[in-house]
Amino acid sequence: MAKLVVENLKYRYPLAKNLALNNLSFEVKNGEFIGMIGPNHAGKSTLCQALVGLVPQFFRGAYGGRVMVDDMEASKVPLSKLASKIGIVFQNPFSQISGVKLTVYEEVAFSLENNGFSRSEMIDRIDWALKLLNIEHYQDRNPLSLSGGQMQRLAIASIIALKPEIIVLDEPTSQLDPQGSEEVFKAVGNLCTQGLTVIIAEHKMERICKYAQKILFLHQGHLVTFDTPYQVFSHFNLEGYGINAPVFTNACKKLEVKLNNGFYPIKLDEAYRKIGAYYEHR
Amino acid sequence: MNTARIVIQDLRFAYHESEEVIKGINLSFNRSATALIGENGSGKTTFVKLLKGLLRPISGSIYINGYNTATTTVAKLAKYIGLVFQNPNDQLFKQTLIDEVMFGPLNIGQPILQAKASAEKALEMVGLSNSKLIHPYDLGLSDRKLVCIAAVLAMDTDIIILDEPTIAQDYLGKEKIKQIIKELRDQGKLVIAITHDMDFGAETFERIIVFHDGHVLLDDDTKTVFKEHDLLKEFHLELPHITQLGRKFNFPEPLLTVDAFVDHIKNRNHQKPSYPL
Repeated sequence: MAKLVVENLKYRYPLAKNLALNNLSFEVKNGEFIGMIGPNHAGKSTLCQALVGLVPQFFRGAYGGRVMVDDMEASKVPLSKLASKIGIVFQNPFSQISGVKLTVYEEVAFSLENNGFSRSEMIDRIDWALKLLNIEHYQDRNPLSLSGGQMQRLAIASIIALKPEIIVLDEPTSQLDPQGSEEVFKAVGNLCTQGLTVIIAEHKMERICKYAQKILFLHQGHLVTFDTPYQVFSHFNLEGYGINAPVFTNACKKLEVKLNNGFYPIKLDEAYRKIGAYYEHR
Repeated sequence: MNTARIVIQDLRFAYHESEEVIKGINLSFNRSATALIGENGSGKTTFVKLLKGLLRPISGSIYINGYNTATTTVAKLAKYIGLVFQNPNDQLFKQTLIDEVMFGPLNIGQPILQAKASAEKALEMVGLSNSKLIHPYDLGLSDRKLVCIAAVLAMDTDIIILDEPTIAQDYLGKEKIKQIIKELRDQGKLVIAITHDMDFGAETFERIIVFHDGHVLLDDDTKTVFKEHDLLKEFHLELPHITQLGRKFNFPEPLLTVDAFVDHIKNRNHQKPSYPL
């Protein structure tokens, strides 16, 4: 399975003054679930593009350092070859939909056709992906007639069908209803336990904390820290960086309630247990 | 006679003959900040496009400030009602931010100097006054969404509709939009926003309407709607995160903000010093 190594990655968009990515180095192990957080302009979307090679192969500009997907260097190996190992779901599903396919079913087939899968393999994978994202009941709809949230599910299905070893998702559930969003995280989380490596950019900290083992925290192109959610949300002055901890953590900070290991709770059940215990003993 | 700003009577709509998407909605809106929530595909975006006059009802009626949308041009309605699209790419088409944001005011008849002043003020409200000459598509999605909001604010309409305003926004972006909505409401405007972000909804709006399958399932003040945990869950929604925590403690009233929760814990503890674990 694939390993992802980023070394001294720097990137500046054409005509821009500042570096969008400023000397990033980190390593993601096989099967990890990584939450990428940071305020707007932190470089999250740019980093997502760089991990899959779209920066600098599609978005030109000044580029330094390297991204290694196993033994493939993302800036040099053809995107078609990289795509078999690492897939990306864009922030805006409209950017992902091909616009040339007339049904949801064919849209999911599109990426598979391009990768030369056999017909029977394609059928298996399409059925699996549509079911996983719970969109099999509108497989005959035109992709462009879908609602924003439905289109977001389709965009994810079309990448999942490729069964990449690493999947990069850029705010994949921003237009989904709350349970739909939870379903997508759960589906991706399940694939992660089967060995898929997941990197997901997200503003909803409560959702991220439920699933992510590590947090990649960016700010103005710099890597602030790459650590466990407990470390990140307990020890950083997040508001100074323009982001917010999970509401459960904020409530516990105000009540000065900590876990036994000295961190603040980040999940609903932890917060409930600790706040309950704390006020019981007072 | 109902004199509310928006009056909707038995509204029905279908994109294809066989499939009704809006299935008989009766609502009225006056001055308030209202959130529309509901599962994907429940008809929220279709509903606001109907309000704006971009789609016409197949039966029933919508009155905007007394004008029937079925018989009034979109151009005329645009003086009264502004809509920020869900996808910024559907809305933006000019070469610079200032041109983009001036487009609306100019089209509803503001003189050029006034339009420029309106546009500058709107860009300042969303925090983009330093980017006036930038091409909208050189901005990231979050800023592009803010440009769309500015473009509607500049038109100074009585009614402002926002379709998922917080998409791609970080914490500060959400706070900014929350502030803008509160200011608009204080100015006496009617704000209607579609959102999937229940935390944002609880902190920002006084009235919540829940859509399901083309119907209105619930329409009440924010606290009352967030009492309906089981019903919301059945229709793919959830409580705001802090309300979920309060619910675990069996608080009788839903608490909508972290501060309200913290105060409640402290006060309740003062009166009754033990908690079930």
